[in-house]
Amino acid sequence: MSLKKFADKIFSRAALRGIVAIVIFLIIWEIGARSEQLFGYRFPFLGLVPPPSDVLVSWAGLIGDPSYWQSWYMSFLRVFGGFIAAMLIGIPLGLFMAVNKTFYGMYFPTFEILRPIPPLAWVPASIIFWPTQELSIAFVTFLGAFYTIVINVLGGARSINKQFLQAAQSMGASQWDIFRRIVLPATLPSIVVGSAVGMGITWEVVVAAEMISGGGSSGGGAGGGLGFFIWSSYVGGSYEQIIVGMISIGIAGYLSSELLRQAGGLLTPWLKTR
Amino acid sequence: MNTSLTEESPALTSAREQNTSEIVAKNIYKSYGAGPFAKEVVSDCSFTIESNKLTVMIGPSGCGKSTLIQLIAGFEATDSGEITLNGSPITDPGKDRLVLFQESALFPWMTTYDNIMYGPRARGEDTKDAADQAEFLLNKVGLDAFRDKYPQQLSGGMQRRAELARAMINKPEVMILDEPFRGLDNMSKELMWEYYAGLYEEDRNTNFFVTTDIDEAIFLADRLLIMTNLPTSTRSVIEIDIPRPRTIEEVVNSARANEIKKEVMTLLHEEAMKSFSGGSKAAADFLDAYSKRAD
Repeated sequence: MSLKKFADKIFSRAALRGIVAIVIFLIIWEIGARSEQLFGYRFPFLGLVPPPSDVLVSWAGLIGDPSYWQSWYMSFLRVFGGFIAAMLIGIPLGLFMAVNKTFYGMYFPTFEILRPIPPLAWVPASIIFWPTQELSIAFVTFLGAFYTIVINVLGGARSINKQFLQAAQSMGASQWDIFRRIVLPATLPSIVVGSAVGMGITWEVVVAAEMISGGGSSGGGAGGGLGFFIWSSYVGGSYEQIIVGMISIGIAGYLSSELLRQAGGLLTPWLKTR
Repeated sequence: MNTSLTEESPALTSAREQNTSEIVAKNIYKSYGAGPFAKEVVSDCSFTIESNKLTVMIGPSGCGKSTLIQLIAGFEATDSGEITLNGSPITDPGKDRLVLFQESALFPWMTTYDNIMYGPRARGEDTKDAADQAEFLLNKVGLDAFRDKYPQQLSGGMQRRAELARAMINKPEVMILDEPFRGLDNMSKELMWEYYAGLYEEDRNTNFFVTTDIDEAIFLADRLLIMTNLPTSTRSVIEIDIPRPRTIEEVVNSARANEIKKEVMTLLHEEAMKSFSGGSKAAADFLDAYSKRAD
């Protein structure tokens, strides 16, 4: 992206609208949070929340704190560990179910019974059967993305336009060539969508898992991840830090999705031409 | 585009050789479903797609023409009866019989060039010769400037031309076209008629073209097969003896063409009436549409 384009993007009308909306939101929040001092009356809900200025001050204090960044690092590690494992297992599994009827018939019913179990319901069981807390968190995170990826890949691969397959077949393509150059690219958009949705669920799951399990192998503290960061801020009574933790997760989730979107865009260049 | 049509290329001389290929369907039957729910789509249907002719099949919509294409292409098997290509029965799909489907079947994830090269590459024939052919065909269908575009970036007419090129590079013995110009606006449609007829007149290989459009059928055909309503069989065959090359204007003003058109319409009208009394919605629509055009 050229500098000019980048500048155009930042100062575009849509971006300005977004900025204005965020500023207005922050002002309302600030006034609401300080309502007791300002009006002698505490606004419901907002009156109980620390004001954004205090949150910023608290955040500024944390920027130089390595343990805060350690929390980011740990959560990212768990999210991407679980997510990449889910892709590595989920994509081939989904594709295989789509092309092999026997396997589909055998495996799909089991899959459909396991799928509705929320990943968090697996927390106690996974703490029992995985040797370390770290692995149990990673496993639960994996489950968060796994089902979504499999279902999307399966759906995508099964709904390929039959005429693509017939056209390839009549031009003399082998089964392998049809899989590699027709089925796979035709499924790519679904893989990208499944991964993006899966990534969102992964963040939800990792935060909850960190809270429940008390922050993983290090027993909390510096190695706890953002979920545990929020939880320990709550226990420690630092309400500003709770908000810092929440916003941090928002940013982390956005960065992960954006990364995925960019990667997805590179993998499916033909969709951009729409 | 007109200059590229007459352009000669040494690379394509082999493709321009005429091959003689004839498809014969003999007493074929095809049903879908089983037991009391079975629906007979093709019943005792026989026809010949003569060598080096453009055979057009016309019949009411939903009369089973697409099923016949599935059978000829070898994607499905007949229940009984036999379809042969040059005497040997058709059992599998093959590059000797390529189909242009109603909807574009260009691969959306490949550029125009990659789409055209799909056949040779899939067979492991990604040679200099194949690349030359692709260049020649890109020029011929006027898509040289669009070689790196994806199908979605092409207009409907361009997509059809790209698909023609993708089929032609495989030098099929018989080209099968299933209502390929349906959905194009009238202007592009008429351009495509002349364009496609031009391509055909160049090599006069065996072509089989399915349509529901009487004007299209008469403009293109050497031989016209008129099909009955469901379950389909051949109602009658008309030789279209209008000299080639034809222009739209000539055909519109030709007394012979209008004579044929009346004949075809009478036959199709009868078929539509039959199924109309049978309560088919598609047939009722068809009847309605054609009675308006007859006025």
